[in-house]
Amino acid sequence: MAERYSSFEPKGTRWFLQRITAGFLIVVLAFHFMLLHFVNHAYEITFMGTQARMSQIGYFATMVLFLGTATFHGVNGVYNALVNQGLSGTRKTAVKYTLVGAGLLLTVQGIRVALAMTGMNVTL
Amino acid sequence: MSQSYDRGLVEDFGRWQEFSAGMWAWVLHKFTGWVLIGYLFTHIAVLSTAIPAATGDPAVYTGTLQSLEELTVVRILEVGLLSVAVFHILNGVRLLFVDLGVGLGSQDRSFYASLVLTGAIVVASVPTFISGAF
Repeated sequence: MAERYSSFEPKGTRWFLQRITAGFLIVVLAFHFMLLHFVNHAYEITFMGTQARMSQIGYFATMVLFLGTATFHGVNGVYNALVNQGLSGTRKTAVKYTLVGAGLLLTVQGIRVALAMTGMNVTL
Repeated sequence: MSQSYDRGLVEDFGRWQEFSAGMWAWVLHKFTGWVLIGYLFTHIAVLSTAIPAATGDPAVYTGTLQSLEELTVVRILEVGLLSVAVFHILNGVRLLFVDLGVGLGSQDRSFYASLVLTGAIVVASVPTFISGAF
C-alpha cells in the first residue's frame, strides 16, 4: 500500500519547512517535557528557578527558537488543514493573514515572556 | 503509469466505521495538532504572569503556576496533553519516514506501533504527573 493522506501540496516550500520544524520540535518538545515534568516537577516551579534556567544563554536561545518553530509549525499546519478542507478565494486570503497576525502576536508576546523570565522589565 | 486511489472523503465522519488505519492516522494527527496549537496560545498566556513577576512581584508567577498545579483537573488535563503530544511526535516521526520513502509497505503496523507506544509512555508517566495531586 502506498496511500498517503496529507494536507499539503506535495514537496512545496511550506511542506519542506513543516518537515524541518518537525525534526527540531520532536527533540525540543521531548526535552521540554522531560525537564519540566520529570527533572523539575511542574508543581515545584518558582519564578526564581525559571529565572535561573532562562538566564543561561543556550537555554534561552533554545526556548526562543522553540517558540518560533512551534508557532510556525502550528499556524502553517492549521492553514494547510483549512486549505485541505476546501478553503479558497477571499476567505483563504483572510484566514492566511489572520493566522500570520496571530502567529506574530504569539511570537512577540512569547519573546516578551522569555525576556521577563530573565528578570528584564518588559512592561509597556 | 500512475494509479489513482479513491479514498472517499476523510472529512465525512459519518462513515468512520469504514476508515482505514491511514485515515485514522490522518484524523488523529489533525486532532492532536489542533489541541497542541490551542495549548501553545494558552501556555504563553499563563506564562505571561512572568512579566509582572520580573518587576518585583515573583509571587504572581509562582502563585499562579502552583495554584494551577494544585487542581486535580489540571493534572488530568496535563496527562491528556502528554498523550496528544506523544502521539503527535511519534506519528510525526512515522510521517517523516514515509516522506523519505522508508517503510511504505508497513504504514499500518507503524501507526499501530505509535498508538501502543503512546499508551505505554503515557501510562508510565501518570505517577509523575499526578504525584501530590490527591
